[in-house]
Amino acid sequence: MALPATVADTATLLASQGYIADHELATTVHLAMSMGRPLFLEGEPGTGKTEIAKVLAAGLGRRLVRLQCYDGMDLSAAAYEWDHARQLMAIRLAEAAGDTDRSALSSDIYSREFLQARPLLSAIDPDLPPAVLLIDELDRADEPFEAFLLELLADFQITVPELGTVKAKTLPVVVLTSNRTREVHDAIRRRCLYHWVDYPDAEREREILAVKAPLVPARLSGQVVDFVQKLRATDLFKLPGVAETIDWANALTYLNKTELAPGAVDETLGVLLKYQDDIAKIRGAEAARLVGEAVGDT
Amino acid sequence: MTAAPATDGRLGANIMHFARLLRRAGLPVGPSETLAAQQAVSLVDIGDREEARTALRAAMIHRHEHAEVFDQAFSLFWRDPTAAEQAVAMALMDAEKDKKQDRPAPAARRVAEAMAPKRAPSSKPKDEPPHIDAVLTVSERERLQSMDFEAMSAVEINAAKQEIKRLRLPLDLRRTRRLRPDPLGPHIDLRRTIRTSLRQGGEILGIAHSRQVTRPPPLVVLCDISGSMARYAQILLHFLHAVTNDRERVHIFLFGTRLSNITRQLRHRDPEVAFQMVAQMVPDWSGGTRIGEALEQFNRFWSRRVLGQGAVVLLITDGLDRDGANGLAENMDRLHRSCTRLIWLNPLLRWSGFEPKSQGIRAMLPHVDEFRPVHNLASLRGLVDLLSRPAQVGDARKARGSAP
Repeated sequence: MALPATVADTATLLASQGYIADHELATTVHLAMSMGRPLFLEGEPGTGKTEIAKVLAAGLGRRLVRLQCYDGMDLSAAAYEWDHARQLMAIRLAEAAGDTDRSALSSDIYSREFLQARPLLSAIDPDLPPAVLLIDELDRADEPFEAFLLELLADFQITVPELGTVKAKTLPVVVLTSNRTREVHDAIRRRCLYHWVDYPDAEREREILAVKAPLVPARLSGQVVDFVQKLRATDLFKLPGVAETIDWANALTYLNKTELAPGAVDETLGVLLKYQDDIAKIRGAEAARLVGEAVGDT
Repeated sequence: MTAAPATDGRLGANIMHFARLLRRAGLPVGPSETLAAQQAVSLVDIGDREEARTALRAAMIHRHEHAEVFDQAFSLFWRDPTAAEQAVAMALMDAEKDKKQDRPAPAARRVAEAMAPKRAPSSKPKDEPPHIDAVLTVSERERLQSMDFEAMSAVEINAAKQEIKRLRLPLDLRRTRRLRPDPLGPHIDLRRTIRTSLRQGGEILGIAHSRQVTRPPPLVVLCDISGSMARYAQILLHFLHAVTNDRERVHIFLFGTRLSNITRQLRHRDPEVAFQMVAQMVPDWSGGTRIGEALEQFNRFWSRRVLGQGAVVLLITDGLDRDGANGLAENMDRLHRSCTRLIWLNPLLRWSGFEPKSQGIRAMLPHVDEFRPVHNLASLRGLVDLLSRPAQVGDARKARGSAP
């Protein structure tokens, strides 16, 4: 499927896959796709950064290539690896056959046949259909890995010393995400379009709930959003993200609640807040106060 | 990157002016950002102000911290580009009070200094030992004052570099998952073995080995600069500058009554320029201390960003707290749980037989992995020696045991 032509088309594409994006995000996504630049998304956990890549892949009908980053990730895990066992075997076979042409042997065992593609190489493989490449939680990888990414992000190519350069035929849509557990280097940032994914406002969060948790009654979902929005204004160590809002609304529905009540909130607070200090701070009087306000508003 | 498609000439010129304005407001906007901006606006509907703003922002800035300045600049510039420009730049510089003011021009000053006769030694008494009472009382006012640092001569800079090279923090040899060639290493490197064998006609004559690379963990330094620590400020700053330029992954924070991240400033190779930038940026030299509050700020806004990948935290403070240890224990506890190792360097204990009487010290001691008192912090060498000393098991616990 062709890339969308306007910002409105991009927003429609995202919405068709159940992703409610605000205007800024839709504009940035549209630009990244039409300028052929990687999109670098930063933001708090649970604000839907990874989801964008999945939704784009589904909406564009492309395959999603996902690379989950971790500390110490190297080329053999991220880009490619030679199949050493088969190479050794090929050498032995050549030997047994009495083959003595060394240069032929070396070009034989360093051919695509012996190369195992990992996510990055597979995303730009000219023989495969176009891809959406998701490089998830880049902040978890270490700096040497970032340096390796530079070639890929600037030119959409990977150089394999023994083989040559592999270059994408159709530019992949590249999405990088980071939770900011480490500052990603400026060199990476400069090659990307940058967007900070913030918590949604109340109206958009209600829309998201309506799409992502359709079983939750409208009245309850309104109160849930109101409560969470108020919670985000308080002094917590870790504020709840949209993912938590969705989980919480579902949890309350499973417990057959149709309305927020202080008792129910206390019982299910662990779905929303993930630090004991935060839970201790909100549970009881504070929760009751917020519930009072949320129920009063709707 | 492809060349920007031709935008309408006037718009192009305006974007260039806008880029210049952002640059003057201290944002790192170069030619490549300007080109990307031109391309970006050609792809959206410029009639829609919001859309144009988002397009320019996505293309021109790369950090969340810069978004606010950008938005201000945008709303002012695109109303009246020509008349506003000058005023806006000034206003923005005011708003962004930190380092963005006039940066010292190191080369020019050096040249001027070189031409001028040798400076008379500064008349300001710097290391006059304060009265002992003055050191032990914690200031009640928040004194906002700037700090002058003695310039370092080239010889001193070199000496400091030599000293800092010897620094080996505990846990410094941390193994990463990366490998490097090493004939005696424990891992077999098949890729290299096969490549070598091809040079020998496919015959494997030797097996290539590799070993895991060790690498020091990230270091986060939280350094107290309140009045009671003022006498050490000079030497500590020299230490921090040297350590920032010697190691990778170092983050430096100063705190008195508020917390300032000075990593970028200290990364300037020239210590004189770096110190000047730090002195301009940090407003609370030699004032009171609110350790609890500073740590809370650190925990809330920075810990998740800088404490990843097994960071070691070095906390330099005398533990004398103006707030009566308010919130200190909780925040120390949280800090302790978020890092791999928490080392407390306390420069106040100049006499033996020290007992942790101050509330602040008692609140902090149970939450550190290592407690390293400095009896005489007179030189960088002493500091490096102290920090390089191997960790003593039960060090902190012993100190805790002696608490009344």
